[in-house]
Amino acid sequence: MNRMSRFNAVSLTLGFAFLYIPMIILIIYSFNESRLVTVWGGFSTKWYGELFQNEAFLNAAWVTIKVAVMSSTIATVLGTMAAYVLVRGGRFMGRTLFSGMIYAPLVMPEVITGLSLLLLFIGIGLDRGVMTIVLAHTTFSMCYVSVVVSSRLVTFDKSLEEAALDLGCSPAESFRLVTLPIIAPAVISGWLLAFTLSLDDLVIASFTSGPSATTLPIRIFSAVRLGVTPEINALSTIMISIVTVGVITASLVTKRQMARQKAEERAAERG
Amino acid sequence: MTVSEFEPWNDPEAKPLIHFQNVTKRFGDFTAIDDLTIDIYEKEFYALLGPSGCGKTTLMRMLAGFETPTEGTIQLAGQDIVGVPPNKRATNMMFQSYALFPHLSIWENIAFGLRREGMAKDKINDRVEEMLRLTRMEKFARRKPHQVSGGQRQRVALARSLAKAPKLLLLDEPLGALDKKLRQDTQFELMDIQEKTGTTFVIVTHDQEEAMTVASRVAVMDHGQIKQVATPAHIYEAPNSVYVADFIGEVNIIDGTASPNGEDTYAVKWCDNHAPLNAASPLPFSEGQKCHLAIRPEKVSISADKPEGAANMVQGKVHDIAYLGNISTYYVELPTGAIIKAQTANTRRIARRSFTWEDTVWLSWTATAGVLLAE
Ligand SMILES: Nc1ncnc2c1ncn2[C@@H]1O[C@H](COP(=O)(O)OP(=O)(O)OP(=O)(O)O)[C@@H](O)[C@H]1O
Ligand SMILES: [Mg+2]
Repeated sequence: MNRMSRFNAVSLTLGFAFLYIPMIILIIYSFNESRLVTVWGGFSTKWYGELFQNEAFLNAAWVTIKVAVMSSTIATVLGTMAAYVLVRGGRFMGRTLFSGMIYAPLVMPEVITGLSLLLLFIGIGLDRGVMTIVLAHTTFSMCYVSVVVSSRLVTFDKSLEEAALDLGCSPAESFRLVTLPIIAPAVISGWLLAFTLSLDDLVIASFTSGPSATTLPIRIFSAVRLGVTPEINALSTIMISIVTVGVITASLVTKRQMARQKAEERAAERG
Repeated sequence: MTVSEFEPWNDPEAKPLIHFQNVTKRFGDFTAIDDLTIDIYEKEFYALLGPSGCGKTTLMRMLAGFETPTEGTIQLAGQDIVGVPPNKRATNMMFQSYALFPHLSIWENIAFGLRREGMAKDKINDRVEEMLRLTRMEKFARRKPHQVSGGQRQRVALARSLAKAPKLLLLDEPLGALDKKLRQDTQFELMDIQEKTGTTFVIVTHDQEEAMTVASRVAVMDHGQIKQVATPAHIYEAPNSVYVADFIGEVNIIDGTASPNGEDTYAVKWCDNHAPLNAASPLPFSEGQKCHLAIRPEKVSISADKPEGAANMVQGKVHDIAYLGNISTYYVELPTGAIIKAQTANTRRIARRSFTWEDTVWLSWTATAGVLLAE
């Protein structure tokens, strides 16, 4: 590989510094002995200990994880189905309209999505709680899943499904036995994407959550308004590490699988 | 050979297994299959031949159920099958692109259709082993498709389509990637399978030698139309058009005008300074009708001396020689500038060849050697 020019090295350093210095400072201060966030009082892990005593945070964390798992799972199922129909359904009435509409929530300001969902829930008299957050998160993360999955389906060799039909599969069996195993990496990355989106959503959750259920981002946000405590730093550090580990493993796994399957498929066509 | 007695297409009583009635298939405004009517009989080995893009795969896909005809009907054993989904048809297709499942091993690929059928486990085992043996893929059973070579993948695709022993097998260029030896072996295996199981085969091939070897009948296609359907021998000896004659094997075409000079014989005027050629034809030609005389190179004799009493003879110069091992093709240039190919078996060592480049030679052939064609 070429050695980097000085200009590139400087740009890279600046860019990464810009991105990561705030986080690094946060992580460092989470190990601060002092209660004052901006004064270094020596190394300590006591805030982590205190964090795990804090009932409110633990509850919020549990709600967040429940919501993320449920909403990303539902979104993956619905998003995959939508992608399949839009890519494979052939030409049907309003197909272009539908495929355009599936992207709309991606560009819609979150405030508007949140507000309209809130109005809907009030309109149909649904009590706000875990359920409404799950529904709301499913709504917006589903489009991300369907975008990821449909980009995979576009390159999927249709004759594989035909071969499955030819060998006696019903269309549903052909999807389950052939299509799904092959597009699995895309479906998994869709799920991970939906999961992370749900995990860090503040805006939509604050519209659709109720007194019975609060997610972690909301809890942090309201706590911070009363002043940043080292506990929050500790919590954020934990979240950063979870997300980092998650993202790195997910990208490694999917990257490797995608590469392998691409190679297999290319080879399975005449090679 | 008993094959010569198998001629259901000449039997007015015989019911075809497959019947295409005026089938047209359009993609947008492109016509891929153009008003096609054909019959394929049970236990036939029906070979489709034609240039790339002429509609062979499309025809197969309509039989397998992946395309529906724009117009016309397709019948299988007397039943209209348009609208019957692929998984409900007693046909299997080997795809031109193989379409092997990349996430399954070769063993599982072959077993796929059998498992769908709900066959018992040990029976599946036996059948898959048999198919692996047949295609000589035993050693690779546990590999994934991307871990074997192109020719091996082709064999897996063939094995997978054969495994279910369907009534009708559609093979889209099944042997193209195999070396000659393996191809011949597999051809004989296919013929063997067919004899044992009575399966009807429709096979697409670009290799006319293969079509000649395996086919009960050969269909020559062009632009979505069938130009001629006949037994291999008939299509070679009596093509019905210049297109077919040219497509199957090598041929010399001499253009001219016909004039009857006896019962079923014609004088073909082809050049002002030369005597007309003599040709026999069962088809009638009128005086002065444009015609094409098609003669296979191996039916043209080449000699240094003027042959005695030949029905047709012309003199020319050896322009080029193609040495093919067992035979040689001489490209002889006539005074008119036309090139006539003549083929002879190399019964002597090459050094003893009687003529070489630029030699003046005589070409001759009998009146029945050529076929007189109207178009
Ligand atoms: N789905 C489709 N949409 C539009 N045109 C198509 C489609 N499928 C096939 N065609 C066209 O129909 C014609 C016939 O295609 P087909 O695949 O049957 O050719 P083929 O005879 O099998 O050729 P080859 O020997 O190259 O495989 C081609 O010109 C092709 O471009
Ligand atoms: Mg083809």
